[in-house]
Amino acid sequence: MHTPAFEVRGLRRCYRSGKRATPVPANDGIDLDVPAGSVFGVLGPNGAGKSTLIRQLVGLLRPDSGSVHLFGTPVRAGSRTTGGLVAYLAQDEPALDEMPVGAAISTTARLRGFSRAQSGQLAADLLAELDLGGLVDRPLNSLSGGQRRLACVAVALVGDRPVLVLDEPTTGLDPVARRAVWDAITRRRRENGVTVVLVTHNVLEAESVLDRVALLDRGRVIACDSPGRLKASVSDEVRLDLVWRREPPADDPVVAMLGARSTRDGHRWSARLAQPEARAALDQLVSGPALDALDDFTLATPSLEDVYLALGGMDDDLERV
Amino acid sequence: MTQVGERLETVPRPAPAPTFIASSTAVYLGQLARVRAARGPLLFVATLQSLGIVILLRGVVRHDGRSTAAAIVAGSTVLVAAFVGLNLLAQRFGALRARGALDYYAALPISGASVVLGTTASYATFAAPGALVTAIVGAAMYGLSFTFLWLAVPVIVVAGIALSAVGAAIGLLLPRPELATVVGQLAMTAVLFLGVIPPSHMPVGLRGLRDVLPSTYAVDALAAALRGHPAAGGQLWRLAVTAGYAAVALLIASRIFRRAVDRSRG
Repeated sequence: MHTPAFEVRGLRRCYRSGKRATPVPANDGIDLDVPAGSVFGVLGPNGAGKSTLIRQLVGLLRPDSGSVHLFGTPVRAGSRTTGGLVAYLAQDEPALDEMPVGAAISTTARLRGFSRAQSGQLAADLLAELDLGGLVDRPLNSLSGGQRRLACVAVALVGDRPVLVLDEPTTGLDPVARRAVWDAITRRRRENGVTVVLVTHNVLEAESVLDRVALLDRGRVIACDSPGRLKASVSDEVRLDLVWRREPPADDPVVAMLGARSTRDGHRWSARLAQPEARAALDQLVSGPALDALDDFTLATPSLEDVYLALGGMDDDLERV
Repeated sequence: MTQVGERLETVPRPAPAPTFIASSTAVYLGQLARVRAARGPLLFVATLQSLGIVILLRGVVRHDGRSTAAAIVAGSTVLVAAFVGLNLLAQRFGALRARGALDYYAALPISGASVVLGTTASYATFAAPGALVTAIVGAAMYGLSFTFLWLAVPVIVVAGIALSAVGAAIGLLLPRPELATVVGQLAMTAVLFLGVIPPSHMPVGLRGLRDVLPSTYAVDALAAALRGHPAAGGQLWRLAVTAGYAAVALLIASRIFRRAVDRSRG
């Protein structure tokens, strides 16, 4: 059995909005093991406590109770052990706002303990790897959202830390840059056995790149396993998505049943049904009076979003694209 | 597919952390790069404000003697450091804290003290050219002594660090960025009035307040130099008091850095 990279036990942190306000838990009773050398995802809707958890992982936020160990040592921000093992990428890096891209990367390398000459070389290598060479002298706040994010990823990657903790590394990136980031991470994992913990609210990304995923809902881990096994746990269900061109006939029994069991967004309905149920409902829809009102339908096997909803997740703002 | 954990036979060893001097220097140089790229106009304003005071008061103060002239020039010189250190740096740290930007530094293997020292030293550096220009132009306009003007250099360095360190502490300590901005500006205003107006022209009640400002000792040291009679011991003592303020403010700002990270984006 290998030592896990992160061991999280009973983590809890509360926030107060005012001095006299009742404390609200940002997360509560979180237990997690992140295997060394894995790509571990934290998936959940906005406000689920993903960033709180990730800041606790690197010791930026002290828990009210519970513990986080990294390779057996308690994490502490700024310490030689945590800072010497982990590179952290926040959702935004405003500290680097007005700094030229090249200076941001080389300064970070110096702060990770490299000499001036080494830092310059490391920055040049990363600029080439992520195709950022043309932006070396541009301040970060003059870049587009995607370029800026890519520059921040370069800042996180410089100096090859064995553990990468990344808060939404690919948000705002175009497909080419997104690919470049995944290639860079995959290369480090293959060659150096890097452990990666990342936050995402993109379901497709989570399904395609993660070894393990923790589903977070309102500050709690509601499931933690490989994406495949999580999806298999709800595999007797399918998702039926319907798009109506006009209001469907409410007196049609199948429309009434689907209406009651769907989450609705205007003319878009989405229902999770057992497979035979979905087949029967679809048969009745296409052979009955509701067909005239139906614009389109899709039947899909479960995604991580369905797992999240099946396990009692309440929000529906997970990204599917 | 790679088996999870297969490649990690042993627990990875942390990379060596930079020394305190190396990390403070890197923060310092990083800030210089940032300001070179973006903050030139604000530093110009800081210099213009002090030069403006020196030039405008030249018309008012005609026959009031050397000591008033020396006080005005010394006060205006230190005011550049107050504008940059107290005002701009309090704003900067307040905004960094409010936006969760301290996370960037806190996640690196460096101490809060090196972040505070590097940033403070960089802001003191931004103030230095404007302060020096103010001292030279003021000395020339008011016909003051150039003999000991070299004393302006240590005064500007020490006052710059002291006032920037106080600005850093204000920005890190106060719970909201708007509050940090207001307090930083009020402190700068205090340095302006209590530094530029000669103490002999000041109501007795205000002299007590003047005595507790870190800028006062720097202003007095420079004013004595501009009068051409610096009693060496006196200037050293004044510089030492300013340096003491710098050390205490740096210590406080370093101590509250970690707490500011924990409470940011609450």
